[in-house]
Amino acid sequence: MITLDSVTRRYGEFVAVDHVSFTAQSGRVTGFLGPNGAGKSTTMRIIVGLTRATTGSATVFGRRYVDLPNPGLEVGVLLDASAQHAGRTGRETLTIAQRFMGLPKARVDEVLDLVGLTPAESSRRVSDYSLGMRQRLGIATALIGDPTMLILDEPANGLDPAGIRWMRGLLRDFADAGGTVLLSSHLLHEIEVIADDLVVIGNGRIVAQGAKSELLASAGAVVRTTDPHTLAAALDARGVTSSYVGTDGLLAQTDAEQVGRTAYAAGVPVLELRAADGTGLEEMFLQLTADTQRDIQPDHEPKDQPEGAVA
Amino acid sequence: MSTIQHGVQGPMTEPVTPRGIPLSRITATELRKMLDTRSGFWTMASIALASLATTGMVILFADREDLTYRTFTAAISVPMSLILPIIAILSVTAEWSQRSGLTTFTLVPHRSRVIAGKLVASIAIAVVATPVAFAIGAVGNVAGTALAGAHPVWDLTAANLLTIELANVLGMLVGFMLGVLVRNSSAALVAYLLYQFLLPTLALILAAKQDWFSEVQPWVDFDFATGALLDGPLSSEQWAQLAVTGLVWLVVPLAVGLRLVVRAEVK
Repeated sequence: MITLDSVTRRYGEFVAVDHVSFTAQSGRVTGFLGPNGAGKSTTMRIIVGLTRATTGSATVFGRRYVDLPNPGLEVGVLLDASAQHAGRTGRETLTIAQRFMGLPKARVDEVLDLVGLTPAESSRRVSDYSLGMRQRLGIATALIGDPTMLILDEPANGLDPAGIRWMRGLLRDFADAGGTVLLSSHLLHEIEVIADDLVVIGNGRIVAQGAKSELLASAGAVVRTTDPHTLAAALDARGVTSSYVGTDGLLAQTDAEQVGRTAYAAGVPVLELRAADGTGLEEMFLQLTADTQRDIQPDHEPKDQPEGAVA
Repeated sequence: MSTIQHGVQGPMTEPVTPRGIPLSRITATELRKMLDTRSGFWTMASIALASLATTGMVILFADREDLTYRTFTAAISVPMSLILPIIAILSVTAEWSQRSGLTTFTLVPHRSRVIAGKLVASIAIAVVATPVAFAIGAVGNVAGTALAGAHPVWDLTAANLLTIELANVLGMLVGFMLGVLVRNSSAALVAYLLYQFLLPTLALILAAKQDWFSEVQPWVDFDFATGALLDGPLSSEQWAQLAVTGLVWLVVPLAVGLRLVVRAEVK
């Protein structure tokens, strides 16, 4: 279990991480979601003790990471796949980790096999690796100590579609076997398919967190109709807010049943009606991070969001 | 590519409490890291090649009466004492410049222990490499005098060998000091060149032009003081000069560097 309690990190005037609190449970994949520069990486660095929190505390298994006697055996960490010595071979990179942890030599081959790096590839130097291969090597380094917790920063970067599917399966199995997984991404759909819980961060602050199913349920219904304006007005009359999606769609902040009844009463033909799921989550993600995304509203103070609540 | 089987070995098998990582293991691993990279390999290879080349040149070009053990050892010591410290420099700076520290310092979160391991490994390399130079020098001495038809002259005492050994260890520590102080490979290598070549040259010029400087030079010039180690047993005054200049040019910056290195973020 990973627990963050009001973690704050300041660099001079700049607040990179602002009172972040959340828990990543064992047996679950926790997706850490946010736009670039939102504070995901800084938060993860604080968890593993590479960066000191200005205030607040972060623990793994109830202890500070730096107090773990041999951390690699308990927590697998991949913060940046490109941060590996370019002049070392892939196999040698793993051998170094194996030596530090005091593992049997055979683990190197086992874990190379596990991440799908061939013997020929593993004897090449990291400078000749593609980002996808570095990602696999980084995941191998994280897994070599057979840990019960994984902390991965953007692990899908540079992986091809087959590689991304492979990693999803790996993380799913890991969590199903009781492990704790915290993985970050700035891409919603990447996290959505794998995560059980979501933590959404923007501008250093948590803007939403909870079980994915709850966040999805609160995400409303999508309806396609020949007359979206009439339906929007009818929904509004019933106190339901909605927003336009595409040319003929609406995202309504209510369940599908109420949208159906409203459309029926208003005499508006419905082409499609379903729970919002991904669409809703994406909308939510964009809304939640809208305040903090530099290309949308650069000089807008972020609203004070109540922690743990969906705005 | 194993896209189907992702047999993660049951993470929850047994809740073991792992033992800590002993410093000996950190040191051994750091020693391996100094030699297992492309740059590490070529640094060591260049020392070997330069040793053979200088031995050959002494045999070819030195006057017959100069063919002594001291000449051979001194000739080999030059490339070795210049190149060895680069290993210590890169050992530290690579963690930042190659950003491998991101992995190293998460596997061993107490950074001071990693740095201690690197320090011990650096000293170990200098301690082992110097006798290798003595051995190559001995082979050169035997072969060179045999070729010249002369008797080999063994003009280095055990005390000489020990002070040469100390000079190489101090040189290694200079490299290590610049590594922890600068923490960037190219900048640290430039700093090393300035330290090794520019400072002694400036001191030489200054001493030649200014009488007052030539008098204080032994007390302010670290290179001058360590140079005495190569020439033989030191007087107590020379030891004092070595201590004073070493404090200023090595110990103090090393202490500053060690403070910086345990805090500096790996970006």
